[in-house]
Amino acid sequence: MSLFDKRLTEIHSALRARELSVTDLVQASLASIRERDDKIKSVLLVDEEGALEQARKLDEQLVKKDKEPGLLFGLPAGLKDNIVTKGIRTTCASKFLANYDPIYDGTVSQKVKEADAVIVAKLNMDEFAMGGSNENSGFFPAKNPWNPEYVPGGSSGGSAAAMAARHFYFTLGSDTGGSIRQPAAFCGVVGLKPTYGRVSRFGLVAFASSLDQIGPITKNVEDAAYVLQAIAGHDPYDSTSADVEVPNFLEALTGDIKGLRIGVPKELIGEGIDPEVREAVLAALKQLESMGATWNEVSMPHTEYAVPAYYLLASSEASSNLARFDGVRYGVRADNADNLLDLYMESRSNGFGPEVKRRIMLGTYALSSGYYDAYYKKAQQVRTLIIQDFNNIFADYDVILHPTTPRTAFRIGEKTDDPVKMYLEDICTVPVNLAGLPAISVPCGFAQNGLPIGLQIIGRAFDEATILRVAHAYEQSAGYHLRKPEWVRG
Amino acid sequence: MSKYETVIGLEVHVELQTKSKIFCGCPTEFGAPPNTHTCPICLGHPGVLPVTNRQAVEFAIKAALALNCEISRETKFDRKNYFYPDLPKAYQISQYDQPIGYNGWIDIEVNGETKRIGITRLHLEEDAGKLMHSEFGGESLVDFNRVGVPLLEIVSEPDIRSPEEARAYLEKLKAIIQYTGVSDVRMEQGSLRCDANVSIRPVGQKEFGTKTELKNMNSFRNVQLALEYEVQRQKEVLESGGKIVQETRRWDEGGRKTVSMRSKEEAHDYRYFPDPDLVRMQISEEWIEAVRASIPELPDARQARYVNQYGLSKEDAAVITMSKDMADFFDETVKTGADPKSAANWLMTDLLAYLNANDAALADVKLTPQGLGEMIKLIENGTISSKIAKTVFKEMLETGKEPKQIVEEKGLVQISDEGALRKIVVEVVNANPQAVADYKAGNSKAIAFFVGQVMKQTKGKANPPMVNKLLQEVLKEV
Repeated sequence: MSLFDKRLTEIHSALRARELSVTDLVQASLASIRERDDKIKSVLLVDEEGALEQARKLDEQLVKKDKEPGLLFGLPAGLKDNIVTKGIRTTCASKFLANYDPIYDGTVSQKVKEADAVIVAKLNMDEFAMGGSNENSGFFPAKNPWNPEYVPGGSSGGSAAAMAARHFYFTLGSDTGGSIRQPAAFCGVVGLKPTYGRVSRFGLVAFASSLDQIGPITKNVEDAAYVLQAIAGHDPYDSTSADVEVPNFLEALTGDIKGLRIGVPKELIGEGIDPEVREAVLAALKQLESMGATWNEVSMPHTEYAVPAYYLLASSEASSNLARFDGVRYGVRADNADNLLDLYMESRSNGFGPEVKRRIMLGTYALSSGYYDAYYKKAQQVRTLIIQDFNNIFADYDVILHPTTPRTAFRIGEKTDDPVKMYLEDICTVPVNLAGLPAISVPCGFAQNGLPIGLQIIGRAFDEATILRVAHAYEQSAGYHLRKPEWVRG
Repeated sequence: MSKYETVIGLEVHVELQTKSKIFCGCPTEFGAPPNTHTCPICLGHPGVLPVTNRQAVEFAIKAALALNCEISRETKFDRKNYFYPDLPKAYQISQYDQPIGYNGWIDIEVNGETKRIGITRLHLEEDAGKLMHSEFGGESLVDFNRVGVPLLEIVSEPDIRSPEEARAYLEKLKAIIQYTGVSDVRMEQGSLRCDANVSIRPVGQKEFGTKTELKNMNSFRNVQLALEYEVQRQKEVLESGGKIVQETRRWDEGGRKTVSMRSKEEAHDYRYFPDPDLVRMQISEEWIEAVRASIPELPDARQARYVNQYGLSKEDAAVITMSKDMADFFDETVKTGADPKSAANWLMTDLLAYLNANDAALADVKLTPQGLGEMIKLIENGTISSKIAKTVFKEMLETGKEPKQIVEEKGLVQISDEGALRKIVVEVVNANPQAVADYKAGNSKAIAFFVGQVMKQTKGKANPPMVNKLLQEVLKEV
């Protein structure tokens, strides 16, 4: 059993009892990466020196007892490489930023440090968080720990794969259209996308500003609650972060879901969903029923427009957000440019990968004079309709539940030729981002081929407590979260 | 040539004097070493976010109200996307379709007539950096200190009909903004900038002619010159059977002409869309009223007050109120008990002449309202003559000393001792028999000669009315 299979309270007791040191934890993390990451390629950069130095400080603090230990004391963490870390190279898995060392810390990086966690590594992802397979990493694709011939999902594929491999105690991802939940489902771990505005985006390299949200990827729901507790809250540096109270998420994990009303949208459980996935989700519903919940089929009539609306809005925002990468102030500048226009064109042509270029072009087109109304504006109207769909259901139900993904992980290379087909796989996750709601993916079984299946639970805005409670109750009774790939167990 | 009518609309940018930038905490002061007023946010580093400076919004509301605008109760920021090295994010945060102020106006005066110029909109945006072209080799350098300084864009209606009106509009606009205190509106430091749209059309035609946009005019005088040149150029194009091309033209100050920069076909598509990093802003009635209450008396109101209360002429009141500094100085001087007309005269003639001659601003000279008031009193009570006062005034401008002190130090007290003066007058008359003869023969110039001689003897300190009186008496007796 890995050190990182233990509960947080167990680790903290062992640290207090001096049976374990933070240095031991960090060494375990470093060893796991060193010895086993070749199989899954989840890590882009290891800050060995920084992590050991931090571990030494924390160990000292433990002896001196001069400071109250933080909530995540001593826990080795891996951060998706679009979360800005001062002095630790942050590349967004893009060749463009292969040389970028941030001069400031993002709010979440700071909060993780303030909670006394140890940032050990920066993790692989689809370049600038664009993709659902990790095949768009500008350096090398991460692989699925359950079968390295399969994708780990994306864009936080490195964070999910690293968690499944237990390289860290927890990892952080970011979710714009499913980028935490989908890889969590593909890798058999827990992924939580908080409500838009619950966690500061200051220091998250923006893909689509109105959709992006940082969240934890963990081995179980309890850990997700701990990490969310540490990173949530209003941030004066992010105008879109909400000035609302942060409840105690740990206290929400009561195991009691009696009387819970679950809505299951027929559009996301029927046609288009792989039968194996559907069966697993229906079985989970049965289990929840046995624990005192009730469920009904409901309808989200605008679901079919969610993917096109999402790709228009996300790409539009991305086309503007990624314009700052011009080779002038930071990042890799083309060295063969004769004039300003060449400098821009060459730097951007060399720096960005094909998927990023595709989305910049799509978004630029959608925002162009004469097309704005037909695309961007229309997509915003669809967004409003989707929010209404959710509101209608939440008038009668406490949570919405359906698969995290229509299918389990696919083979590396299987869908790279058909971007639209790839985009359509996001149908179960993008409506949540369009509505800004919190959602969690928990393991709910395995397909015949041994790949994990994810169950998604969606809550009302700022009601992470309820989805954590439901997910925790389900997980504890189902137990799928305890399974690990064979090679990780050994 | 007068068969054409000129149509001008002006686009004015004004930098706001907030302590910090519009979306980050960096200071806004002018003149710091390059790139010292920067942070990851205004440098557009990956992952940073803007947070709106409430003071900047408040200043925009204040300026909008002073320009008689309506205020949008709900407003937002939009992104204006374009690539340029002085724009770190490659988009400027601006306001597209919901400007803070709209439907405003100001009154201008040209050739004694009052004319109302409409203001289409007033919006808030962030300034860009400054490119500097290196003297060594082909490099360009960029200073990001100015990036993110809050900027107002004020767009006029195409109501302006001549370059003179354009200048009057700019001067009035500058005065109003200066009075509100939201900007120092100094064109030479770039805190006020102006672009102009200009077209001509046959008199009587309703439709506008094709316009050109003029840029790069760094003074009000240059705005007027550029417009005059451009109107003439357009007339010549039309009269030689040509067509005006819609384009942006740059004022070439040295060459005194406008030159083409880019045509409409090369115009940018800015792909405006609402900035998702910023939340929509609500501007409450209470906020608007609180800002309205904080607006000081504006130039028009002050001008009217000077006419009604102090009996200044409309023209004099206009000159005094053109700058707030001057008007405040005037008010302070009058408060010391000085005669308003006299105070106005000193300010408009001697002070302005000195400022113009030395290319200085009121703030640069050491004269105080108390000093000026004191000096006027010294003239009134006969201590010094108006002529001597000019010497005293110049000394006050340069040293800031009190007028009494100057008068004493330099021995400038007027000689009003009748006995002493009579002695000098008698001497002068006796010494110039020829002039006496001229006087007796009815030559009126002779009296001036005697006055001059007396002044020469007294180094200008003789009390002039008394000298006149004594001369009359003494000459009668001769």
